[in-house]
Amino acid sequence: MAISPVFFYLFAAVAILCSLMVVFKRNPVANAFSLVLVFFAFAGIYAMLDAHLIAALQVLVYAGAIMVLFVFVIMLLNADVPSFDLARSHAVVKVASITGCLVLLGLFIWAFKNTTFHAPIANFTPENVEAAGGNTRVVSELMFSDYILPFELTSVLLLGAIVGAVAMAKRKAGPNLPPGYRGKA
Amino acid sequence: MLALIPLFPLLGFLINGCWYAFGQAPKGRTKASATVTGVIATLAIGAAFVVSLMMFLQLQGMPAEGRVVEQFLYHWMTIGSFNLDVTFRVDSLSTLFTLVITGVGTLIHLYSIGYMGHDETPGKFFAYLNLFCFAMLVLVLGGSLPLMFLGWEGVGLCSYLLIGYWYTDIEKAKAGKKAFIVNRVGDFGFLLGMFLIFTTFHTLDFAQLAHTVTALGPAISAGIGTITVICLLLFLGCMGKSAQIPLYVWLPDAMAGPTPVSALIHAATMVTSGIYLVSRLNFLYSLSPTALYVVAMVGAFTAFFAATIAIVQTDIKKILAYSTVSQLGYMFLACGVGAYSAGVFHVITHAFFKALMFLGAGSVIHGMHEEQDIMKMGGLKKYMPKTYWTFMMGWLAICGIPPFAGFFSKDEILWQAFHSDHGSIVLWGLGALTAVMTAFYMTRLFSLTFWGKERFDTHAKQQGHDDHHDSAHGHGGAVHESPMVMVLPLIILAVLSVVGGFMGFPHMSWIEHWLEPVIPVHEGAAASAGAEFGLMGLSIALAGAGIGVAITIYGNLATAERLKKRFPVLHRVLENKWYVDEIYDAVLVRPIQFLSESLWKGFDVAVIDRIVLGFGRVSVWSGQTVRVIQTGSIQIYAFMLLLGVVATVGYLIYGMV
Amino acid sequence: MDQLTAQFTGQVEPWVVLSFSAVIFVIGLAGVLVRRNILVILMSIELMLNSVNLTFVTFSKQLHDMGGQLSVFFIITVAAAESAVGLGLIISMFRTLRSVDTDEIQLLRE
Repeated sequence: MAISPVFFYLFAAVAILCSLMVVFKRNPVANAFSLVLVFFAFAGIYAMLDAHLIAALQVLVYAGAIMVLFVFVIMLLNADVPSFDLARSHAVVKVASITGCLVLLGLFIWAFKNTTFHAPIANFTPENVEAAGGNTRVVSELMFSDYILPFELTSVLLLGAIVGAVAMAKRKAGPNLPPGYRGKA
Repeated sequence: MLALIPLFPLLGFLINGCWYAFGQAPKGRTKASATVTGVIATLAIGAAFVVSLMMFLQLQGMPAEGRVVEQFLYHWMTIGSFNLDVTFRVDSLSTLFTLVITGVGTLIHLYSIGYMGHDETPGKFFAYLNLFCFAMLVLVLGGSLPLMFLGWEGVGLCSYLLIGYWYTDIEKAKAGKKAFIVNRVGDFGFLLGMFLIFTTFHTLDFAQLAHTVTALGPAISAGIGTITVICLLLFLGCMGKSAQIPLYVWLPDAMAGPTPVSALIHAATMVTSGIYLVSRLNFLYSLSPTALYVVAMVGAFTAFFAATIAIVQTDIKKILAYSTVSQLGYMFLACGVGAYSAGVFHVITHAFFKALMFLGAGSVIHGMHEEQDIMKMGGLKKYMPKTYWTFMMGWLAICGIPPFAGFFSKDEILWQAFHSDHGSIVLWGLGALTAVMTAFYMTRLFSLTFWGKERFDTHAKQQGHDDHHDSAHGHGGAVHESPMVMVLPLIILAVLSVVGGFMGFPHMSWIEHWLEPVIPVHEGAAASAGAEFGLMGLSIALAGAGIGVAITIYGNLATAERLKKRFPVLHRVLENKWYVDEIYDAVLVRPIQFLSESLWKGFDVAVIDRIVLGFGRVSVWSGQTVRVIQTGSIQIYAFMLLLGVVATVGYLIYGMV
Repeated sequence: MDQLTAQFTGQVEPWVVLSFSAVIFVIGLAGVLVRRNILVILMSIELMLNSVNLTFVTFSKQLHDMGGQLSVFFIITVAAAESAVGLGLIISMFRTLRSVDTDEIQLLRE
């Protein structure tokens, strides 16, 4: 693929560093903001890969809406206190998990390295897309023609999500204990 | 129509049985009356008697060679080359047995209506009696060995059910169990004999078997050994069913059952199945002198042995039981010397007088309010005249006094034992000695029961009896004669005991001629009339001597006591039945029980139960071990997912290498 | 100058991009398995979803098919809905447990 190696490796390094910070930093606010940086790096990579609409959406939706939601919730729950959760029980499980993840990573990289990609299957070459009016136009036109059904279903999904989230987060009268609960009230 | 003979008692069994099972057995229902159920049962067997009579008359009208009526019911099974049909066949031999079974059976059913009048479950009793008659009739009418075996087992079952009829008394239940188990030992021999017959002759049907054996002719001498084995194995079955040594031990214990049962099963019918089997297969037995010799010796020795025990018994039914074993020995002695028709003749006369005496004993027991010890009786002549006179007919018959029935049949046996090719003076000697003893102990029984002074206390009887006596009984406790429903069968049987012998009058024997198609007669060496009549006179004299000695000793009881003190050891041995039961217990029963218990504790409980329980424990243990992964923590579950994914992806990639 | 330019245009093998996305995925997976704070777990899930998005876009560029980018569109939407609902659940859980520690929510134990 004809993309700029320098920029790609730059964005990639930022993304990897910040995602490591997401996972291993103890302050949840630090985690949240590292994640925002990761999203920006990803947006950059999308732009390099000629997915302009996706890049824009990444920033708008992920970094702009979802992360804001996260930070709000962190604030609501006073969860910005650092949690020392890496040093408690199940140390063995944690080590085993990381080992497993590394093995999985090895498998993926080996798989990707040894696959042969065949020739392009469709005709959305960069020249054709440029000629048709740009990436955004092409994607939108496809969305409302070939992919209209998933589009409509997604709106239903969002409606359900809204209703569900509101119903769940609403304050209810009286004690809110689930049945069979044995922790502290 | 032939199938109606067993069918009527079967119907009686079903009617009474269903009535009992649904009407009385469920708790809280009313008890059926003995009269109604008894009448149903008696009518059933009476109808069978009428049909038997018709069959007999029909057979009489047929020529001698084809004197067979056959009725095919249905095809039972075919396995490979083995074909089995349910066919009933009546010929000269089986018609005699059928008449005896149904005729004497009807009289005993009638008697039972009175005897079992106060029983709790008369419906069950009459149902069992009818079932027994059905099985016995299948036994004698069966056209092939398996069908006969079906009846054989059926009578064994009914014997068990009826001996242990009052099963709440553990001793009576044990007696029933003993009868069944000892019979089974004999049945084992019967089965093996049947298998051997099939492999040798490839048929089990009686007619085909007779045909095959006679067709083989001289070629048969090659297989005499096999035939001897077959005969001996079948005789093992007869030893069990007809109470010969060593399998006779169940018959005295079987007296625990009600007296009509003893009369029907253990005197007149079931115990004669062995003689029927041997007579039916006489063509096989006649081919093997060894087998005949064994049969004769066992029969003679059993007759002698049982008579010695009967001399000192004090229970009236036990004396009659040992007497039956002894008389059965006589019948086998007859068959063993080749005189099968004499054996069958004795079966018939024995049925008459032994059933008569058992029913008479039942009448005595009933009148004495369940007392069975003859030492506690005496002088009953004036309290029970009808029982007395009828019993006397039976007594004279069994002692062999002419012209009563027993004389003709017993004398024929003794003559054949002396004169026949297979007979010998030893066999005759044992038979004659037994005849003396028979006369002796039967006279002892008769005189101690009916003559002399009364040795019972009528007031004590009255006292002890009113407590548990039914109010419907009515007479108050004194010794009394039995009602007409019980006396009428006695009278009929007494008449038969007097005149029944004439069917076998020597040299003019109707019965021998009648049985010729089934039991061919072969003339032995010409006998001098003198020898025959001389022996006849000798046997009458011996019988008279026995009677005389008994009357002398037991007329005055002090004489009997002195004799007992003179031979204490012999008396004790005889009284304890030669300790045979104790020997069996020590040698057979205890070791088997020990083996069973050790296998039970050592293998079943210790090994098998542990294995089975172990399966359960393994399941529980494995469940508890695997339970550990159910932590409830999502991250652990996610980790498990990761492991699964790594495994799957790794495997797939490995496949693509 | 040409060399400098060459640094800014050229080839990056597709497998490099894909394995980068695999690295992000695995980091997210490690986060799900290792951290106990539920908010961090949700953030790690977002990381994993993003790496998948990148894979789709890479293939879309490589195969010249727009289907990849449209899939990404829908994945972003669904991820948004799912985080909203998930955070609502966390708030609800916090009201009872007063904690966001996953070790506290083990009602499914045994």
